This record gives sequence, structure tokens and C-alpha cells, in this order.
Amino acid sequence: MAKTILSVDDSASIRQMVKLTLSGAGYDVIQANDGAEGLEKAKGAKVDMVMTDLNMPIMNGLALIKELRKLPAYQGVPILFLTTESDAGLKSEAKAAGATGWITKPFQQDQLISVVKKVLG
Amino acid sequence: MSGGGDPTDTFRQEAQELLEQLEQILLDLTRTPDNPELVDSTFRALHTIKGSGSMFGFDEVAGFTHHVESAFDLVRKGKVAMTAVLADIALAGKDHIRNLIERPESADPAAGKAILARLEATVGGHGAAEAPKPADAAAPIAAPTAPTAKWRVQFRLPTDALATGTNPLLLIDELRSLGQATVTPLLDKIPRLEALNATEIHIGWDVALETDKPKTAIEDVFMFVMDEMELKIEPIDEPKPVSAPIAAAPAPTVPAAPTAPKPAAQPAKSTTEALKSGGSIRVPAERLDNLMDRVGELVIAQSRLKQIAAASQDGEFKSISEEIERLALELRDTTMGVRMVPIAQLFGRFRRLVHDLAGELGKEINLTTSGEETELDKTVIERLNDPLVHLIRNSIDHGLESPEARKDAGKAAQGHIHLSARHTGDKVLISITDDGKGLDRARIRARAEENGLIQPGQEMSDSELFQVIFQPGFSTAQKVTNLSGRGVGMDVVKRTLDALRGSIDIASTTGKGTEITLRLPLTLAIIDGLLVRIGQGRYVIPLSAVEECVELPPVEESRVNGSNFLNIRGDLVPFLRLREMFNATTPPDKYQKVVVVSANEMRVGLVVDQVIGDHQTVIKSLSKLHKGVGTFSGATILGDGTVALILEIGHLVARGQRERNLKLAS
Repeated sequence: MAKTILSVDDSASIRQMVKLTLSGAGYDVIQANDGAEGLEKAKGAKVDMVMTDLNMPIMNGLALIKELRKLPAYQGVPILFLTTESDAGLKSEAKAAGATGWITKPFQQDQLISVVKKVLG
Repeated sequence: MSGGGDPTDTFRQEAQELLEQLEQILLDLTRTPDNPELVDSTFRALHTIKGSGSMFGFDEVAGFTHHVESAFDLVRKGKVAMTAVLADIALAGKDHIRNLIERPESADPAAGKAILARLEATVGGHGAAEAPKPADAAAPIAAPTAPTAKWRVQFRLPTDALATGTNPLLLIDELRSLGQATVTPLLDKIPRLEALNATEIHIGWDVALETDKPKTAIEDVFMFVMDEMELKIEPIDEPKPVSAPIAAAPAPTVPAAPTAPKPAAQPAKSTTEALKSGGSIRVPAERLDNLMDRVGELVIAQSRLKQIAAASQDGEFKSISEEIERLALELRDTTMGVRMVPIAQLFGRFRRLVHDLAGELGKEINLTTSGEETELDKTVIERLNDPLVHLIRNSIDHGLESPEARKDAGKAAQGHIHLSARHTGDKVLISITDDGKGLDRARIRARAEENGLIQPGQEMSDSELFQVIFQPGFSTAQKVTNLSGRGVGMDVVKRTLDALRGSIDIASTTGKGTEITLRLPLTLAIIDGLLVRIGQGRYVIPLSAVEECVELPPVEESRVNGSNFLNIRGDLVPFLRLREMFNATTPPDKYQKVVVVSANEMRVGLVVDQVIGDHQTVIKSLSKLHKGVGTFSGATILGDGTVALILEIGHLVARGQRERNLKLAS
């Protein structure tokens, strides 16, 4: 069965790019516009991996990661975050919140796939 | 939202919407510059334009937006004040971004630079951050190749790595994908079971990796956990064998590594070597006895420790107690091993005996032996000498016929006596086999009836009948020779064996010969016992004699003066009420238990209040004053320091059978 990835990003173009790339690699992708919507969708589906932007309105990525890790179903589910910053502070903050890894924007499609494979198998 | 189509088109559309939003926000900001929400929104919009722009090849957009975004980041962080002027510059910047996206060819780079210069002047010395480096790769796609090298990669993940979605198996798989890998888990940090949280990682890994990829490729495997984990990547020098350092690294699974036996093994090894070179140490036997005494005390102290540990909740204490138990038992076995001597010594003495006897009685005898290497406790061997001399004499005197009689019976003139020894379980079997005329059942029976040892007409199996021989005062010899037939001897043999906690069995075929088998415990000092309670007292029943434990049926229990028989799978087994024998005054337990024991192929049930469990019993002999007490063979000290008496099973079985015979006869 195809694994399901939840993509949370306020940028429609990034969401679209992520969906195109990961669907092409054989994953099922569900999408959310912001952290709050992401949390709702995460609760309502069996998700194998979450990929979220950090900088989002309503609920930002850090808050989403923290909320997800409070859910028993999301203990151990890989969570990747998208970041443009080379800011180590933000990375360690996201890691401390429970993130598994990150992808630095801009990235190529094959880079995205290889990072997803790295944490999802 | 975002269906199919080109993400680049989506970006243009998205950017357009964002820029329109941005314009509204910036206009609001010119009126209320200190509204932090507006600043945040500005930053986010710029951030999205920059991030997405860089994704879809709008490097100019990303580069320019980055500077504006950085300025607003400073505002957001309170380092720069939001002013109407800054909002103005941002509005100009927004227009420039739109130009860059929609009409990149007509966008004026100078105009952009002018805006950035104004921005720089406003934001001041804080300066805008450097433009993002294009294509800041997230993960290497294909690591460049390097000459093949061997690496030793040792890593430990943070204990909560599983919870945050890191899968160590994937990391190992990724390492394997780099080349030839030998993976060894490091188990030394695994906590004790009761302290173990199954969602945490306590295993480390040691990977010997042979790869043509550079070290950075190995590091990239761990890129997401690099900061929190322990990681050591070292080259392995080619000439050194790979396995040696790896094999040495993993510690044993048990946290408290048993290091004690190691030094102990060292002298043992040198002893073996010494033996090979023919050397040994002579030690006074007394010292060995002392050593055995000390070990016995240790085993007692240890069982006391075990008892306390069993009641404790302290896991560490329990594990130490278990460790000591293991060591104490090993030490006991080793010490017993030291006391073991081969039976060859004893067998050797009998050659002369047989030779002398043969001459004296005018018989031709060939003595053969087997199993001389069988080892027995030194004390046991010493005490076996007299009984064996008796038995061999008996065989030669009564068993083996004269050469003429043998010829008449169609046998070789030369009689044959075979001595053998072998181990079975925790027992040593010594047998004396002759090919003489065998035991005369009728005569033994007649004699036994005559002496009142058995009832006339009583049904008995051969082995039961032959046991009569060992009764005091029994002898069938018509004439008393110098050697045997005086009726003293066989009962002494029996008593010696009882004292050694051994047993004796006779098998005989008329005309073919007799085989007498002695069963002896390996050692005298320590036995496995079954601890039982009768009234308030605790007693030990040698485990080797125990056949089974059953519950006393209430019917039997109520029949106080009844038949005292128990039906065990169709067999009538007499039982003894030890409560009555030992005058227990406390009220009996509701459910009485019967421990069925056997000796000399006879069984008897012992009714006890409670079966407590098995117990390593260090035997302490009774004082001279109590030598006459047949019911007990000795005493032992229990874990809590109290004394328990050891039941003499042979005595109890004989007593039970006697009662049975009386009952059956009446």
C-alpha cells in the first residue's frame, strides 16, 4: 500500500510541487494550508509522514510539530520541515519540538525524494 | 487550490496574490507602524515569495526579496523600529519584485540596487543578511566516489530518537547501501528489564564499512541526528584485521559483567597445562575438607541472601544476589571437583585381593575393570573400600564355583569378576559382576523365614527378597569360612552405603551369575533437598529420593486409625503421618501433602503440612549424642539461620514397608 504523506504549506506552489514530486514517486499526498488545518487532517487520516513548512499563518510549523507529538498516533511518525534559513537556531528548535529532519529550500525534485526515502524507507 | 499544471504558473499566481496582500499590509503599516501582526504578515509574505521563488528558478526574485525579508526580520525581532519610511521602501521593493516576476526582461537591476541601498541606509549598521546561496543542497544525490577505504563507524542515537521519527534500521540500511558493511550492536548500555522503556533506544552500533564513498557520504547518513548523537567515524588501517577491534568493542549483554570467572579460569588453564606436563600439587586432605566446609558455609549464607533478595523490590540487589548465587554454585562445583579422585585407585587395590583369594580358595579368577577414570569424592572412595572388599570376597567365595564345578556346568574353568564404575546423573554406579552360580532364591527365602525376617508365603519380587541378605544376622553359608559366611559383613555393607546416602541393588540369575550395583552420590557434603514443613518444624527430604508430591485425599485424612494406604495409580503405597511421628502440636494444615519417596525400589508416602520447595542442603552431621536417631541423617542450616533436620529416607521407607507388611499380614 502506498504510504501517505501529509504536506502542510501555505504556499500553493510549494504544495503543488511537493504533491507532483511525491505522487510521481508513488506516495499518496494529502495537503493542508496551515498548521491548524494540518493538525485536523493529521487527526483524521492515517499518515506515514508529515512534511511541513515552518513559517505559516494561523498555526506555524513549530506549533504543529509540538501538537502532533502530543498525539499517541504520531509518536515515531517522521516529521520533516521545510526551511530556507540556514539558521541553526530554527533547526534545533524544530528538532527539539520533535521533528525528524528537514529539507532546505530551494530543492530539486530528486533531493526531495531522497530525503523522504531517507526517513520513510 | 493546486491541481495539476505547472507549479511555476501556480507560483506566478501565488506571488501575485501575495504581492497584492503585501501592498495592503504595507499601506496599513504606514498608518500604524507599531502593529506587530502586520510586521509578521509582511515577513511571512516576503518569506513565501523568496522560498517559492528560489524553488522555481526565480533567483533574482529570491535574492532581492531576501534583503527586504531580512530587514523585516530585524523589525520583527525588535532590532529595528518600524517606520513609515521603511514601509515606503518596502512598497517600492514590492513593485520591483512584481516586475521581476512578471516582466523579468524589463526589470531594471539599477532600480533594485537603489531600493536596496535605501533599505540599507534605513536599517542601518545591522545590514541585510547575505543573499541565500542558490541550490543549498538538502541531501547529496550521489556522493562522489573515492578510493575504497575501510571505516569504523560507531554511533549511538539519542534515546528518544524513535519517538521523533528516526528509524535506526533505515540509517543502517543507508550505511549498507554505501558498500560492504558488518554491523555489530553495542548492548552494554541496555538498562535492566525493570528500568527499560521499550520506546527508547539503548543500543549502539558498530559498523565496519568498506566503501568507495568519502567520509562526508557517511556523515550525510546521520545529517538529521548529527548534533544530538554520538558518532565516531575512523579509518581502519588496512593491515589490521577488521574483526579484532570490532569484536572487542561490544560489551556483554548483562550490565554487571561477570568478570570474576575470568581470573579464575586463568589458573584453571595453567592447571590443565600442568596436568598435561604431568605436574600436580599435593595438598593435605584436611585442607580440602576445610575448603569444602567454607564453601558449605558460603552456600548457606548465599541461600539466606537469596531469601532476602526474593522479598526485596530492589532490582540491583536482586541481580547481585543472583550473581552471587551463580558464583557460589560454581565455586561449590569447582571445590567438589578438586575433591574428586578417580576410582582407579580403589580398583587397583582389588587386584591383589583377588589374586590372594584365588590362591587361597583354589579358584581361577580373571578380574577385569572398566570406568576406572570415573571420579568420586575422596571421602566416598575411602569409605567404599571395606564394603567393596566384602562384596568381592562374597562373590569369589559364594558366587564363583570351583574350576571343576564350572566345567561340569559347561563354563570356562576360569571365573570372571568384573568391576565397573560409571556416572548416571548425579550418581555413580559401581557394580561387581560375577559369572558364578547366582543367588539361591529358595535358600535365602527359607533362611529369611526361619529368622523371622519375612512372613511365610509373603509375595516378594527378587530384588525385594535379595534385600533380605543385608539384614543383620542373615547368612546362608553352610560353613563359615575365613572369608565370609559369618553373617557380619553384608549388613555392615548396607549400613556403610546408607551412611554414604547410597543404595545397593542385587540382580541374579541362577547358574549365570550375580550383579551387585552400588549407587552413590557424587559427594557427601551437599545435596539437593526438598524443604517441607511439618507442624512448626522444617525438614529436608533428599530430592533424589522424591518421586512425586500429591495431595492427601480428605477421605484418607479423616481415617485416623485406618489403613494408611494411598492409591497411587493403582499401586497401594503406605504412608507415614510425620505429624504424629514428630508430635506436632500445632493444628494441621487444611490440605495435607504427601511426598512419595522411594528407596530400595520400595515406596512410601510422607504426609507433611506444606511442601516449601527445593533447597541446596549443606549436610551437617548430628552430634555423637544423636547418632542413634535413625529417622534423621543429619541437619542443615536454612537461609534464615534456623536448623532443619534431614530425613533418613531408607529408614522411613523400611518403617513404612514394615507397617505395610504387618497390615497385609493381619
